[in-house]
Amino acid sequence: MGAGHAHPLHLPGTSPVHRMPAEVKIVAAVLLVVCVVATPREAFPVFGGFLLLLGAVWVAAGIPPGWIARRAVIELPFVVLAVLLPFTGEAPTVVWLGVTLSEPGLLGAWNILVKGTLGVLTSLTLAATTPMRELLHGMARLHAPTLVVTIATLMLRYVDVIVAEAGRMRVARISRGHDPRFLWQVGATARGVGALFLRSYERGERVHLAMLSRGWTGRMPQLQPGRTSAAQWLVGLSPVAAGVALAVTGWVLT
Amino acid sequence: MKPAEVRARERLGQAPPSLEVDGLTFAYPDGHPALRGVGLRVERGERVALLGPNGAGKTTLVLHLNGILTAAQGSVRVAGLPVGAPHLHEIRRRVGIVFQDPDDQLFMPTVAEDVAFGPANFGVPTDQLAARVDAALAAVDMTGHRDRSPLHLSGGQRRRVALATVLACEPEILVLDEPSSNLDPVARRELADVLGRLDATMLMVTHDLPYALQLCPRSIVLDDGVVVADGPTRELLRDPDLLRRHRLELPYGFTL
Ligand SMILES: Nc1ncnc2c1ncn2[C@@H]1O[C@H](COP(=O)(O)OP(=O)(O)OP(=O)(O)O)[C@@H](O)[C@H]1O
Ligand SMILES: [Mg+2]
Repeated sequence: MGAGHAHPLHLPGTSPVHRMPAEVKIVAAVLLVVCVVATPREAFPVFGGFLLLLGAVWVAAGIPPGWIARRAVIELPFVVLAVLLPFTGEAPTVVWLGVTLSEPGLLGAWNILVKGTLGVLTSLTLAATTPMRELLHGMARLHAPTLVVTIATLMLRYVDVIVAEAGRMRVARISRGHDPRFLWQVGATARGVGALFLRSYERGERVHLAMLSRGWTGRMPQLQPGRTSAAQWLVGLSPVAAGVALAVTGWVLT
Repeated sequence: MKPAEVRARERLGQAPPSLEVDGLTFAYPDGHPALRGVGLRVERGERVALLGPNGAGKTTLVLHLNGILTAAQGSVRVAGLPVGAPHLHEIRRRVGIVFQDPDDQLFMPTVAEDVAFGPANFGVPTDQLAARVDAALAAVDMTGHRDRSPLHLSGGQRRRVALATVLACEPEILVLDEPSSNLDPVARRELADVLGRLDATMLMVTHDLPYALQLCPRSIVLDDGVVVADGPTRELLRDPDLLRRHRLELPYGFTL
């Protein structure tokens, strides 16, 4: 499926995880992150348990760990922040390889790193197994505020519109002899970006008018019949049960 | 009139005309006057072509028919209902607009979902959506493409899907903005067959005069924001002065 709805974080598939209703996955992901956050930072082995849990979900969903790892780099800014903490934190300090490091700073960095990483990995797992529009339907079924769902839907629409428009404009420029590799033609590209936003905006408006004409009221209608069964909730939330057990273990350990 | 009243009259067979436009005036926000007192009336089941040169105001008029644009002066009535805030949803259910550019119309990831979007908005239950989608796609002969992305279809195929997205809403008045542009000759003829089979009242904007003659017994000519001619298509097309004055031209070798 094209249309840009297959967003770059999505890995199409037909596994049981992919087929699970979006709202179940959203709730499971949020609860799992809550469990991770609630685990005391000193319970080091428990975080390994969370990673194993996610690993099990990846196996079930058929997601190669390398695929997830490559996308996890969006986390890098947090890593930079975390690395700074041990140098700027307060006493008591430890000396490691001749460098004085703040002990609370170290723990703080570890806390951010491990919980942030697990949070990112959980979100990536959700994104990998759920196409964007399913996420939106899931949010709507969970009674997320209409405004949030609408904004997310419109963003999705504009992304598509911009990508398509950019493609058309690039073809038109190249057809008129523009070679983006020449440095002196960078100006044309830059002006193109400006025009792109204007045109995308206008096209987005026209798309919106056409949607209004077909009765759009600001809420994505449900297109497929089907209710989420209790059994699906039970299966979908089973990783959360494991997550709760891990978090409790963490509290007992420390 | 209120929607309930209109429905009661419809049952008695005294339905008001499908479309009544009266003294419609409109200028775009940049001050450009696009419509300057347009008046027209389309009866139930009529097929009318709306002709006129580029920039005449045809698309602007179309956008008034379901309340996308609102008249500065004058009025538009659909089946007796004034086009305006209280019953816009009802108006949009009754008036189906197929836009000039299919890329403005299609936005869902698959053809089938795009076709289901309108009926779902208008309250067709989810378990009946599939049947609506199938019927609409069959009508435009696009059943085989239902799970493809509209972005990956050819121009003509997109146009047919755009028509299907509106047919699926089963509108009472079908408004088409240049339906035959970008179609190959066979697709153009096939679309004419599809349109010819429909019962809906039809208003078709077109630059394709033979197409207007083939599908619409009546034509209205719009130029510079006013109606300059209204009558049987054949008669209008036989008037070379009228055609010349309003930049209309029959294809080379075409005679009536
Ligand atoms: N968004 C807009 N802002 C300002 N002026 C506009 C806008 N859209 C259209 N116009 C102007 O309004 C006039 C009528 O435009 P309209 O699109 O209705 O013409 P049309 O009859 O559909 O022409 P065509 O056959 O080229 O589609 C034109 O002069 C046009 O320049
Ligand atoms: Mg137009």
